[in-house]
Amino acid sequence: MSRHLTPNLVLGAVLVAFVVGVAALSLVWTPHDHAAMNIRARFAPASDIHWLGTDQLGRDVVSQLMVAARNSMTVALIAVLMGGSIGVAFGLLASALGGWVEDLIMRVADIGFAFPALLFAIMLSAVFGPSLWVAVFAIAFINIPVFARVTRGAANVIWTRDYVAAARAAGQGRFAISRDHILPNVAAPVIVQATIEFAIAILAEAALSYLGLGAQPPSPSWGRMLSEAQTLMFMAPQLAIYPGLCIMAAVLGFSLLGDALRDITDPRLTRSRQA
Amino acid sequence: MGYFLLRRTVGFLATLLTITVVVFAVMNILPGDPALTILGIEASEAALEALRQQLGLHDPVVVRYFRWVGAALTGDFGMSHAYRVSVAELVLERLPLTLSLAFGGMIATVVLALAMGIGAAANHRKAGDWGVMFLSQIGIAVPSFWAAMLLVLLFAVYLQWLPPGGFPGWSDPVAALRSLVLPIAALTFVQAAVLARVTRSAALEVMRLDYVRTARAMGYPRRRILWRHVLPNALVPIVTIVGLQFATLVTGTIVIENVFYLPGLGRLVFQAIANRDLPLVQALVTLFAVIVVTVNFLVDVIYVMIDPRLKTRA
Repeated sequence: MSRHLTPNLVLGAVLVAFVVGVAALSLVWTPHDHAAMNIRARFAPASDIHWLGTDQLGRDVVSQLMVAARNSMTVALIAVLMGGSIGVAFGLLASALGGWVEDLIMRVADIGFAFPALLFAIMLSAVFGPSLWVAVFAIAFINIPVFARVTRGAANVIWTRDYVAAARAAGQGRFAISRDHILPNVAAPVIVQATIEFAIAILAEAALSYLGLGAQPPSPSWGRMLSEAQTLMFMAPQLAIYPGLCIMAAVLGFSLLGDALRDITDPRLTRSRQA
Repeated sequence: MGYFLLRRTVGFLATLLTITVVVFAVMNILPGDPALTILGIEASEAALEALRQQLGLHDPVVVRYFRWVGAALTGDFGMSHAYRVSVAELVLERLPLTLSLAFGGMIATVVLALAMGIGAAANHRKAGDWGVMFLSQIGIAVPSFWAAMLLVLLFAVYLQWLPPGGFPGWSDPVAALRSLVLPIAALTFVQAAVLARVTRSAALEVMRLDYVRTARAMGYPRRRILWRHVLPNALVPIVTIVGLQFATLVTGTIVIENVFYLPGLGRLVFQAIANRDLPLVQALVTLFAVIVVTVNFLVDVIYVMIDPRLKTRA
């Protein structure tokens, strides 16, 4: 096991634990009320009271960053779970039935790749007006084809195994085999993909909120904090730094962790990477 | 080769068709009254009814879809509600800026990433390699709009070398180019990070092959081996990623135009959302998706040209 303890894994795990920990902590404690305004204390520099100072309305920056972390994690979690479970289901279905069903599902998945989350969010915002749910659905949607493809690829390999042939010979149906034998055996690549998609979802949520298509005021979000800071860049440049660092730490953490998990679960890649 | 092209072209056309169906479905079938969306809840029933008539909302959905696609094929994308001009006119007016950003970003990305990737592979497991890998890991984690803000902070706020945003128009080419430097840099930074990684690992794969060792043994200069023997054979994965990245770049321009207040298609689509200009949003989203799919199609074709082995397999 120790040979798996790569710098990627350690750094990724530490960053993820930190961001998730802070997000969880914000449920029970923040240094200040994140929404409490104090105009007299606006643009306060970092101090013992306000560790990273205050923003244009005198709100505590640390408290806002913490609540925004929770926001970001929640959006990413819901979106990846939603898109992931639908995608996995389609992947399993495609692999189990094969033939034209498989072709059709994979073709549709290809088309799904033509719609980046941003385009989908733009359409939904135009119809329903921007909201956090628009961001969640847009990110979930782009995850469906990704997971369908990964699942179907891994599942097709499992279907050729002897124990699957044995199960078929014993009279088990395709869906029962998918549930009992295929799903547990594609879990590893799916979990690796989910970790990487989590990083992408955090980035996407930040971009959508920055553009005003995600979290709406007053709910704090790293992306929205950055868009507010942009108009104040000449006055308070520090406000444009912290939320970006948070996004970077969170994305870096999940993508390093995903890379490390992939190396562990797919030793073939590790070898070619080291060679 | 001919069969492959034919099959791929048919698939491409089918994809284009599906895109129009998806966009139309999302914008027209999802619950909600477009007339209400456009005019707002304070609009009178008479005004709503008039707009519904004008948009042809009383016709069956299928009829409306074919009317839209049919008109689009002849270059008629409808009228913008907010601007009172044709969508085609608005798009043509703003397309040059968006394309300059996307192509500028792509060229800068490819140049930077090839140099970084090949450089890293040539210095495998040395300081240069680690440096490139570290930079690209950071680049992947940095949102492009934040990279843009940091560039503005450094070059516009502190050093005051370049404008922080806005676009003076093409009549003054020097000023126009100056205002595109930071947006293109912001687009490039993130994309080059991804491509440099791919280039490095593709080059490393090829460098292990026997013919490279032979070339080295024959005393060819290192540089010549890298650029003449290694790079061409490492191109297949690189071109794939470049194709995918061009798609990302095009949608990336939507974000970057909004960071720098550049009047391109990306800014237009956001103004359209703010103005509840549904026909304009519908046309622009379709256009962006069509660009993405078209680039992927072209990449597939180029792919076969680079790697003749794929011709026979296809």
